[in-house]
Amino acid sequence: MSLQTSPTSTGASADDATAGRSRRRLPQWASVAAFLAAALVAVLLELLGEFNIALVVIYTVVLGTVAAYVVSRVVEGRRKATDRLVTCLVVSAFGIAVVPLVALVWTVVGRGIERLDGEFFGSSLVGIVGEGGGAYHAIMGTLIITLLTTLISVPIGLMTAIYLVEYGRGRLKRSITFLVDVMTGIPSIVAGLFAYALFALFFGPGIRLGIMGAVALSVLMIPVVVRSAEEVLKLVPNELREAAYALGVPKWRTIVKVVIPTAIAGLGTGVTLAIARVVGETAPLLITVGITNGTNLDPFDSRMASLPVYAYYQLTQPGVPPEYAIDRAWTAALLLIMLVMGLNVVARLISRFFAPKTGR
Amino acid sequence: MTATRTPTEPGAAKPVRRPGDRIFAGSAKGAGILILVILAGVAAFLIAEALPALSAPSDDIPGGEGLAGYVLPLVFGTLLSAVIALVVATPLAVAIALFITHYAPRRLAQGLGYVVDLLAAIPSIVYGFWGIAWLAPKLVPFYQWLEDNFGFIPLFAGPTSSTGRTMLTAGLVLAIMILPIISAISREVFLQVPTLHKEAALALGATRWEMVKMAVLPYGKSGIIGGAMLGLGRALGETMAVALVLSVSGGITFNLISSGNPSTVAANIALEFPESSGIDVNTLIASGLALFVITLAVNMLARWIVNRRADFSGAN
Repeated sequence: MSLQTSPTSTGASADDATAGRSRRRLPQWASVAAFLAAALVAVLLELLGEFNIALVVIYTVVLGTVAAYVVSRVVEGRRKATDRLVTCLVVSAFGIAVVPLVALVWTVVGRGIERLDGEFFGSSLVGIVGEGGGAYHAIMGTLIITLLTTLISVPIGLMTAIYLVEYGRGRLKRSITFLVDVMTGIPSIVAGLFAYALFALFFGPGIRLGIMGAVALSVLMIPVVVRSAEEVLKLVPNELREAAYALGVPKWRTIVKVVIPTAIAGLGTGVTLAIARVVGETAPLLITVGITNGTNLDPFDSRMASLPVYAYYQLTQPGVPPEYAIDRAWTAALLLIMLVMGLNVVARLISRFFAPKTGR
Repeated sequence: MTATRTPTEPGAAKPVRRPGDRIFAGSAKGAGILILVILAGVAAFLIAEALPALSAPSDDIPGGEGLAGYVLPLVFGTLLSAVIALVVATPLAVAIALFITHYAPRRLAQGLGYVVDLLAAIPSIVYGFWGIAWLAPKLVPFYQWLEDNFGFIPLFAGPTSSTGRTMLTAGLVLAIMILPIISAISREVFLQVPTLHKEAALALGATRWEMVKMAVLPYGKSGIIGGAMLGLGRALGETMAVALVLSVSGGITFNLISSGNPSTVAANIALEFPESSGIDVNTLIASGLALFVITLAVNMLARWIVNRRADFSGAN
């Protein structure tokens, strides 16, 4: 493979066509060497000025890509060089995507870890000016609203998925599938406005209730549940259904006793991921549930606090000594990330440990 | 598409209809129809609550220039930020999808895909926090450089915002948020490319890039377009990140790096709604209706493109 070429390749640039056809290859370490050289140059450049790690990385990637391209172009010809160039670009694209993820987690953990203490979990904001205070009321609010959302969304979503997989046919099935897809794209704020408009028609304008938030979030959660449940139910082997029918089991009992138990791991994973998706939603809760400083555990009576909205208001309206509220906001953001990541991990664990026991 | 046909109603023999069956089938169908009702309800209730603003005299609308005068700059801001996000995110997302499907070592590919998916899991308000605290200040020197060197282009005319909370920053945050959507869909189609196409290209002596260019990209084109449009739909409706990151002054401007920016529909609702009452609420709901119509159109088009791909897919 790696045919070592002499570095004095004056003939290579003479004729591009011959160079392209020639069997000369750069050794495998050539790209690595190019990037190391580029890193060295970048560090030297930066040592002359003031040292900035981000610029060093950027210079290294740019210079390394250019160096690899030029060397390869001279030695291997145009086609190979383009190939190397694209490889470099594709790898750096992935690198670029990882930067915000790392930076975000780093920032949020760094600024939020300070107030992640007992008081944050144990107390609300009643009578708090400045230091101390917590998000007990917001955490409870988020739990209650999310629970209600799940109670609304899972039956509707699951039954719709069952309809689509087991019963549906023709126009109705096609239009439901299509509209579920479209519903996935409803902006969260529009879902919030819908819940507000719905309740405002019955209870008058200015209404704020916990249940409104649950309705708004359900609009966002139902399509996610339907999609994932549909995928999972489709995976249940037809032989199982046929075996049940052959034994004279009614269709509904087949679904309840055979299909759903077989798919239960996937359903659990799907529902958990759907919860993870809505638990951090801020906009719909901002306009339907509002915010309070005290603890309100009744979703059918006036405003409630919730973690994302709490974080939003603590950051944007921090009050007079602003630093304490801003610290609380970051801790709430950290808690949100932990909640979402935790739910993601739980989803993976469910699919691993409750995998169907039927033979594959 | 419908690989699994359920083995129900075996043709001629009509099965016995038990009451349990009828109830269960009915409730499943009911749930399905409920979805249609909800979607129709979203439209109906938004229209009902928007009507007062549609018929109100133009002086009553905030800004005093009528509903169109209020909504149009917002729609402009929404489209501008979403287009920036799309222009930045699409090439990146396609490259990432290529990396995961065709460049990364097999063993790592799935884990790396999961890393990109994590970007989609982070709540949008956290992106807003991060955008204000980390990204915006870091971008200020870059914007200054843009103004100094490319100030003759109206997009970068400046003067540079000192906080960095500009339209371009909002667009970049949105780009990061839609990256996982576009790359997930592109990844899916790239994986469907028939191996024979790729092997044929390689057997003819193509390099890896030439193989990708000749076999993978043409096959995945409509998937990429559909994914990009889904990303566009998400970017259009994204609320909290924009509401936090963008420093709003209203008006229509193409200047991306100054401190004067148009707001977006969604962000404007989130910022104004909690303090509004009376006709202002109706106006905001009317703007939300406009957003709903725009995203619905974009999403329907996107789904249509993606589904058409699935129908024609010769891979399976």
